[in-house]
Amino acid sequence: MSAVVAEHDDHHADEHHDHGPAKGLLRWIITTNHKDIGTLYLLFALAMFFVGGAMAMVIRAELFEPGLQFVDPAFFNSMTTMHALVMVFGAVMPAFVGLANWQIPMMIGAPDMALPRMNNMSFWLLVAGVLLLASTLLMETGAPNAGWTFYPPLVLQPITVGKALPFAVFAVHLLGISSIMGAINIIATIFNMRAPSMKMMDMPLFVWTWLITAFLLIAVMPVFAGAVTMLLTDKFFHTSFFNAAGGGDPVLYQHIFWFFGHPEVYIMILPTFGVASTIIPVFARKPLFGYSSMVWATGSIAFFSFIVWAHHMFTVGMPMAGELYFMYATMIIAVPTGVKVFNWTATMWKGAMTFETPMLFSIAFVVLFTMGGLTGLMMALAPLDFQYHDTYFIVAHFHYTLVPASIFILMAAGYFWLPKWTGNMYNEKIGQLHFWLSAISVNILFFPQHFLGLAGMPRRIPDYAIQFADWNMVSSIGGFIFGLSQLLFLYIVIDTIRGGTGEKVTAEVWEGSSNHSLEWTLPSPVPYHTWTTPPAVVPTEHVLDSH
Amino acid sequence: MSTNVAYYIPHKATWPVIGTAGLVTMLAGFANYLNGSSSVGPAFMVAGLVVFVIMLVGWFTLQAHESETGMYNHDVGISYRMGMMWFIFSEIIFFAVFFSTLWYTRNLSVQWLGSGVTKELLHSAYQATWPTNGPGAVGGKFEPMSAWGLPFLNTLILLSSGVSCTWAHHGLLAKNRDQLIKGLIVTVALGFLFVMFQAFEYHEAYTEMGLTLGSGVYGSTFFMLTGFHGFHVCVGAIILSVVLFRSWKGHFQPENHFAFEAAAWYWHFVDVVWLGLFVFVYLL
Repeated sequence: MSAVVAEHDDHHADEHHDHGPAKGLLRWIITTNHKDIGTLYLLFALAMFFVGGAMAMVIRAELFEPGLQFVDPAFFNSMTTMHALVMVFGAVMPAFVGLANWQIPMMIGAPDMALPRMNNMSFWLLVAGVLLLASTLLMETGAPNAGWTFYPPLVLQPITVGKALPFAVFAVHLLGISSIMGAINIIATIFNMRAPSMKMMDMPLFVWTWLITAFLLIAVMPVFAGAVTMLLTDKFFHTSFFNAAGGGDPVLYQHIFWFFGHPEVYIMILPTFGVASTIIPVFARKPLFGYSSMVWATGSIAFFSFIVWAHHMFTVGMPMAGELYFMYATMIIAVPTGVKVFNWTATMWKGAMTFETPMLFSIAFVVLFTMGGLTGLMMALAPLDFQYHDTYFIVAHFHYTLVPASIFILMAAGYFWLPKWTGNMYNEKIGQLHFWLSAISVNILFFPQHFLGLAGMPRRIPDYAIQFADWNMVSSIGGFIFGLSQLLFLYIVIDTIRGGTGEKVTAEVWEGSSNHSLEWTLPSPVPYHTWTTPPAVVPTEHVLDSH
Repeated sequence: MSTNVAYYIPHKATWPVIGTAGLVTMLAGFANYLNGSSSVGPAFMVAGLVVFVIMLVGWFTLQAHESETGMYNHDVGISYRMGMMWFIFSEIIFFAVFFSTLWYTRNLSVQWLGSGVTKELLHSAYQATWPTNGPGAVGGKFEPMSAWGLPFLNTLILLSSGVSCTWAHHGLLAKNRDQLIKGLIVTVALGFLFVMFQAFEYHEAYTEMGLTLGSGVYGSTFFMLTGFHGFHVCVGAIILSVVLFRSWKGHFQPENHFAFEAAAWYWHFVDVVWLGLFVFVYLL
C-alpha cells in the first residue's frame, strides 16, 4: 500500500495539474473521482426510482377496479415488464453501486477506487443500457411486455415483443458489462486498497457484503447475457435452443434465467444487509452482535443462491427428485438469514437506542423483511407453491423483500450519510413524516396482495374477477399514498444538498459513530480527496464482539 | 515496476464516455438492422464501431505510455492483474452457459423428446440420437462435423501457440528481446492460421454438409460454441499483435510487463476453452 497518492490528468500537455474537479458540466462526464461517480449513480438511481414508480402507479391505477379503465392490456403488460426492469437494473442495483462508490474507499482508508477510469465507464454504460431499454417505450410497437423474465416462446412472438426484443437484449448486455466492470473494481479496491492496518475481519459489514455481492455479479451477469443472446439468435438467426421442433427446450431458458435470477435477488439484498448492519449498531450505541457470524452468514447465503434456482419453476415440470431437492435446499437459506435477523435484534437488545430517521427505516426493515422472508419460506414448499405460483402472493412476497427491505434501507442510507456527504443536516421532522407515511402505506399496498394471491388472483393481468375488487382498491390506495410520500424524500435530498436545516454537522454526525467506521473520522462535508495517506489505526468497535 | 511512486489515480478520463457512445451506437444500429432497417442500421453499426476502435487505440496508447514512463507502482500492477483475472472469470462463466446448454440439450431435452408419452403422442418416428435437428428436422438433412481433420489440426495449432507464447514469455524474463519477438510472431501467426482453418471449416459446413446455424439444436450449439470461441481467438490474436508491436518498439521489462501477462492469460484461456470444445462438441 502506498503512502502518498499521485494525481495526474490524462492530458500530459497540461503543465499545471489541477487536482480539483473539472469545471461545469464536463466535471460529471469525465470524472474519475469515486465520490462524483457515487453521486452520479445515486442521482440516476433516484431518477429511475421515480420513473419505475410512475409505471407502478399506472399499474395500480388500472387495477383500482375491475374492468379496463385507463390503458390497453398490451401496454399494461409493458408497464409490469418495464417497472421490474427499471427498478431492478435502473434503481436498486445502481443505488447500491453508488453507495459502494461513496463509502467503500472512505471505509477502508483508500484514496479512490482501484480502477478509476473503468469506474467512469461502468456508470456511462449503465446510462446507455437504460436509454436503449427506455427507447422502446417510444416505438410504435411498444416496450417489451412479456415480463422481465423474457420467457420464450412468449417473448419470441411478434405480438408480445414487436421491435423491442433486440433493444432489450442489447440493453441487458450493456447493463451486464457495466455491472461486471463495477464488480471487478469493487473486488480490486477491497483486496488491494485497504489501509495497511485493516485486516479482512476488521472491515465494516457493508464492505464485506459488497465484496460478496461483487462475486455474485461476476458469476451471474454473463449467464443472463448468454441466455438473452440465445433468445436473440432464436428470433433472428434460426437457432433452436428453445424450440422443441429443433430438439431444444423452452424450459432450458428458465433454468438459465433463474441460475442468474436467484443470485440476482441476493445482489439486491446483501448490500441491504450490509447497510442495516452499519446503521443499527450506531443508533443502538453497541458493537454489532456477532460480527463474524454475519460475515459467514452472508457468504453462505451467497453460496446457497447458486443451488436453489429451480424453486422459481416448481410448476413448470420437473422430476420429483428435483422438486424435493430444490425445496429443501431453499429452506436451508432461512438459517443464515435467521442468524442475521437475530443478530440485528441482539444488537439492539439493551442498547441506548435513539430513533432518528435512518434507525426507524432500519428497524422497519428488520421487521418487514422478516415477513417477506417468511412468505418466501412458505413458497419454498413445493406442494404449497402449486397454489401460490404466479399469483399476487408471490408479488406480495418479493415486494416485501424489495420495498420495505432494499428500498427502505436505501432511504435509511440516504438519511444516514447525506449529512456526512453534504455537511448539512436533513430536516428530521420531514424525515420522520416520510418514514411513517412510507411504513404504513407500504403495508396497505402490499399486505392485501397476500389475500388476493391466496384467493387466486393471477399476476400480470390488467383485469380481474369481481371478488378481488375490494382488496385491489385498498392496495391501490396504499400504492398512491406510498408513491406520493416518496416525493418527501426527493424534497429531503434537494433540501439537504442546498443547506438543510442550516445546522452544520460535526465530523461524527451521529454520536459515537467514529468508533464504528472510518468515514466518520473525516470532516463533514468530506473533502474531494480523502485518505491520500492511509489512516494509521482503524476503528474496531463494530468487530469488538468477535475479537 | 517502480516501487518508489505512489498509487496512480488518473483524473478527467475522456475515453470511457467515448467508448460507451461508440458501443451504444453500434448496438442500436444492430438492433435497427435486425428489425429490418437496411440503411440506417448498418450506418450506425459502422459509425459506432469506428468510434469504439478509436477509443480502444486511444485508451490503450495512453495506458502503454503511462506504464512505460513509470507511473504505475507495484500496487497498480496488482489492481490490473486482479481486473484481468476476474474479467477472464466472467468469460469462463459466459462459455459455461453454452457448454451447459449443450449438456442439457443432449442429455435431457432430446432424450425427453424421444421417449415416453411425448414420443408416443407427438412424434413416434423421432429417434433421440445425437447429433439431431429435432423431431421437426429443422434446417433439413445435414452431416455432423467430424473431430478429425481440420478440428484436430486446429487443436495442435492452438496447443503449439500456447507453447510459443510461454517461450516468448521466457525470452522476456531473460531479457532476450529476439526470443520474445520471434515467440510472439509464431503465436500470432498460429492464432490467425487457426481462424483461417475455422473459416474453411464453416465454409465446408455451409456449402457441402448442409450444416448451418439453423440445423436444429446440433447446428445451434455447434456454431454458437465454436463461433464465440473463434471470435475470442480473433480478439486474443489482435491483443497479441499489439503486444508484439510494443515488444518490437522496446516496451516491457522483466519486472514490468502487465500487458504481456494479460494477453498471455487470455490466450491460455482461449486455448483451454478450445480443448473443452474439441472434447464435448467434436469428439463425444
